[in-house]
Amino acid sequence: MRELAEIETLLDADVPDGSPAAIAADYLALADETMLHWLAARELEPTDAKKEGFSLLAWHRQACKGDPTFNACRETCREIAYHYNLVTLDPEHEATRARLNMMRMVTKHLYLFITNKMMDEKVGEFCCSSKVNRLNKHEINQNTGDSHG
Amino acid sequence: MTVLFDKEDKKQKYKKVAYYQGCALEGSAMPYDKSTRAIGKHLGLELEEVKDWNCCGAMEVKNIDPQVETYLSSRVLSNAKNLNGLDVVMAPCNGCYKNLKQAEYELSHHDKPKEVVAKISKKAGHTPYEAGQVETIHALDWIKLGYGEEELRKKIKGGLKGLKVANYYGCMYTRPRHIFPEKAEGAGGDSWDKPHYMDDLLAVAGAENVDFALKTACCGGAHTLSDRDMSTKLVLNILEAAEAAGAEVIATECPTCHSGLEMHQIRALKRLSKKTNVKIIYFTQLLGLAMGLSPRKVGIQGNISDSLPLLKSKGIV
Repeated sequence: MRELAEIETLLDADVPDGSPAAIAADYLALADETMLHWLAARELEPTDAKKEGFSLLAWHRQACKGDPTFNACRETCREIAYHYNLVTLDPEHEATRARLNMMRMVTKHLYLFITNKMMDEKVGEFCCSSKVNRLNKHEINQNTGDSHG
Repeated sequence: MTVLFDKEDKKQKYKKVAYYQGCALEGSAMPYDKSTRAIGKHLGLELEEVKDWNCCGAMEVKNIDPQVETYLSSRVLSNAKNLNGLDVVMAPCNGCYKNLKQAEYELSHHDKPKEVVAKISKKAGHTPYEAGQVETIHALDWIKLGYGEEELRKKIKGGLKGLKVANYYGCMYTRPRHIFPEKAEGAGGDSWDKPHYMDDLLAVAGAENVDFALKTACCGGAHTLSDRDMSTKLVLNILEAAEAAGAEVIATECPTCHSGLEMHQIRALKRLSKKTNVKIIYFTQLLGLAMGLSPRKVGIQGNISDSLPLLKSKGIV
């Protein structure tokens, strides 16, 4: 599982050239890994189950148990699954590039939402003991002055 | 498919409603208030402000005591019923709308909130609200069901001339799901997964709605004060996604989302050197303009996001 900063860098980059299905699979993997970071931070064992063919949707449902606020990213996860299907079912479509870009942005939203919650709850890579390492290593807090990170 | 929404019944019922504008529409969201009142008047829908209304509890009170938040929202409902004599409350703010709905749910499903509401109401000297006395609706329900698309079409003058719009509903219009059961009742109703009432109304007004993947995504509104950088990133992603979808305008129906999008659009430029050009306009303002109301009448100049040059270039104003 890649570190959060690496995931962020990949999601900030433009959609790469290559096979649309492979790129869509990469973005789905980034979404999956972001969700796995959350489950690990909450000390939850990821279920092997899939929902509508996606681990992401099953893990989202798992994460919502006992934390209804996590439902706020339900549709974001579903949009990721939807865009994955759009691209992989019709990779030759003229809008494939735009669809991949939208999938990247929706995945980024999931990443931002989850890391925001992790920072808020000071868990995972954002727990007190990890924070200094993370800041030194990746210099994520590029903003100055008024950040409360 | 069963049609559970009796359109004529809603039209009759929503013709005159108690208007709960809440705190935001008296302050940062004054253009939303102004445009809501303006289109109501233009369409012949009567708004009567809830008498002696109070804060719904917003997002803060529930963190201290959710029962007090239920009481605060129930007092608004009680006033609408007992002081205004009306049985429908219209709340244009997603936060207020959600909190009144939540209070309704708590009072109809649990005993403890009922006891707390009865106790505080007695102390405050007013009649306690009882579940089922008042129906809470959003401004979208009010226009869509209380006036109707067919009638609205007749009122459009000039229209939005193919303005490309991303409809942004925010996270509280559909969540938590259990307090909005009517959004899952099928034909005629809105949707938990893909809300569409704003899309429907603006399409009637002549807008071209773009397919917007983040229409119910979090804008980071609750973190605007505690972690502004994260809110800026979330908003920037929404703005960039809207532009990537081809939108010239993001239509809003929540004052918190609207303010967040406007403020962080500026902040994203200042802090992250990321410029976005998409304009942010309340759906009530867009409807008003489509019906021929002046920009001043719908408070366009009151928005931070300056949309007048775009609206002029499209021939809308």
